[in-house]
Amino acid sequence: MSTTNAVELRNVVKRFGDIAAVDHVSLEIRDGEFFSLLGPSGCGKTTTLRMIAGFEYPSSGSIVIHGREMATIPPHRRPVNTVFQSYALFPHLTVAQNVAFGLEMQRRPKDEIAARVREALEQVRLSGFADRRPRQLSGGQQQRVALARALINQPEVLLLDEPLGALDQKLRKELQIELKSLQRRVGITFVFVTHDQEEALTMSDRIAVMSQGKVLQIGSPTEIYERPTCRFVADFIGETNFIAGKVIENGANAATIETPDGLRLRGLTPRPVRVGEPAVLSIRPEKALLLAPGDARAGHAFAIPARVELVSYIGSDTRITVRLNDQRTFDVWEQNTLSTLDRDAYWQPGEPAVLVCPPDNALVLTE
Amino acid sequence: MIEATSTATQPRRAARPALEQGRLTWGGLVLMACAVLIYLFLYLPIAILVLFSFTRDQFGVRWTGFTLDWYTRLFANERLMGATVNTLYVALVSTIVATVLGTLLAMALERYRFRGRNSVDTLIYLPIVIPEIVMAVALLAFSALAFDLIRLLTGETLRRSLTTVIIGHIAFSVSFVVVVVRTSLKNFDRRLEEAAADLGANSWNIFWRVTFPLILPGIIGGALLAFTLSLDDFIISLFLSGPGTSLLPVEVYNKVRRAVTPEINAISTLMLALSITLVVLSQSVQRRQ
Repeated sequence: MSTTNAVELRNVVKRFGDIAAVDHVSLEIRDGEFFSLLGPSGCGKTTTLRMIAGFEYPSSGSIVIHGREMATIPPHRRPVNTVFQSYALFPHLTVAQNVAFGLEMQRRPKDEIAARVREALEQVRLSGFADRRPRQLSGGQQQRVALARALINQPEVLLLDEPLGALDQKLRKELQIELKSLQRRVGITFVFVTHDQEEALTMSDRIAVMSQGKVLQIGSPTEIYERPTCRFVADFIGETNFIAGKVIENGANAATIETPDGLRLRGLTPRPVRVGEPAVLSIRPEKALLLAPGDARAGHAFAIPARVELVSYIGSDTRITVRLNDQRTFDVWEQNTLSTLDRDAYWQPGEPAVLVCPPDNALVLTE
Repeated sequence: MIEATSTATQPRRAARPALEQGRLTWGGLVLMACAVLIYLFLYLPIAILVLFSFTRDQFGVRWTGFTLDWYTRLFANERLMGATVNTLYVALVSTIVATVLGTLLAMALERYRFRGRNSVDTLIYLPIVIPEIVMAVALLAFSALAFDLIRLLTGETLRRSLTTVIIGHIAFSVSFVVVVVRTSLKNFDRRLEEAAADLGANSWNIFWRVTFPLILPGIIGGALLAFTLSLDDFIISLFLSGPGTSLLPVEVYNKVRRAVTPEINAISTLMLALSITLVVLSQSVQRRQ
């Protein structure tokens, strides 16, 4: 057992009736890291978090926090605190009383509580709001009270259940950065549940992608985005194009697939594949290149004949949908690095083109 | 720009006057008349009762001038005052017990799933719709049976007294307390209890620091309802009280049987004032929720 892990989940299963909400999940969350559980709703991420908090007990498997088995320990004796999705602030108490609640439960001396509450409210920039009631605060302010109420107890692990979910887009972005820098400053392990992949990528040191109760992949944001190990992860994180086919050849860390219309395409294999297995080639829209027919750069890498169908200019990018080999559509995003009003500088619907993608930018993935 | 604002505001401006005028139609007039009549029907007798508690007329049916005599006489009437004290005592004790039991029951029904919960659920509401006379007869028969049993087992002879009345009042007011407290438990966000546990509170602290303060308006509402019901209960009080332990509604009835005096109007007015105060109090407490 390593002592640098803040939280360990070993083969944790949680059944509700016949349904396994969490299905043999094993995780090691390191001390001081910002760890995200990411997945669509119903994937088991919140249940996993609730088991770490102690609101649910695993059907089997074990949860260990800093080397201590949590099986029989109720929530109020665990060294963790939670920031709830809807904040769950006590409506009958003032902001200061809400923040003081944890310390009062520990029976700390009155003047220590007062001093620490003041400090905690300062930390989240709510000093002037001590005597307000939660309902007199905006969503963003309530969120910060919930954060202060949890952090004042100096938990070993802070659990956050979609804490930014109820806020508008602009505020979310601000609080993402604020939360990340706060985590750096206090050095507490954060376990963050979200369904928003951009949020997870922005904030996390590492991410566990979950689906249907299982952890599909654990890795840093770049690993998750650049080297997804299965089709679900590639699809869920960011945007991607899939070209379906069958594996016809595999090497050490690359493989070739053949599509039904006879294209042979090569890509890296983050996870080994077998010859004959159905697979997809996954290419991110910003990692492919659209060239004019006869362009010299089309010679070396794989090049597929394409025809432009739709062009959307969205400012920073131009998003082009092409039809490959008269079969399937494929999205390519071109960054608008040139500033020009010249229409000929952009693709036009109906134009013939060639799609080029270096094998390092393509991945061969199975289910 | 100008075009956009004018099209956006015009339909709204056109719609508003039609709504604000609220033009009177024949249907509207009939409805209004009905409403006025219903309110007169409800409150005119009560208004007359209050008025005639101040009349000089000794039969209390004609207005012959203002006096407070009936109120002074009332306070000098030992029988009526004794009944008042009894009634307040019964109401207070039965309310306290019914509120504690009702709150516990409401929490059990709201929080736990157990076999037969649905039947228990229906059974607790039944006393609200059962005719009171049935409740009264049942309680009377039951008390007789219980007294026999106690005499058989301990040799002690018990009689009907204020205690039996209190038990009877608890029996019917518990249901009302349960109904009111459950409503506030339904609106209570259980995540607040999880938040309290998460912050280190044990079950005792969770209840007293979070759950109780938040459902308190419901508990007070239930208690005030139980108190009012006990205060003006007649049938069960009549059946279960023993000799020499009279209660106010029963005493008033006995007096009325002989003759209606303005004294009765006066005591009724006072009871009315107390009931209204309690109802207004309970409404305002529940609205604060």
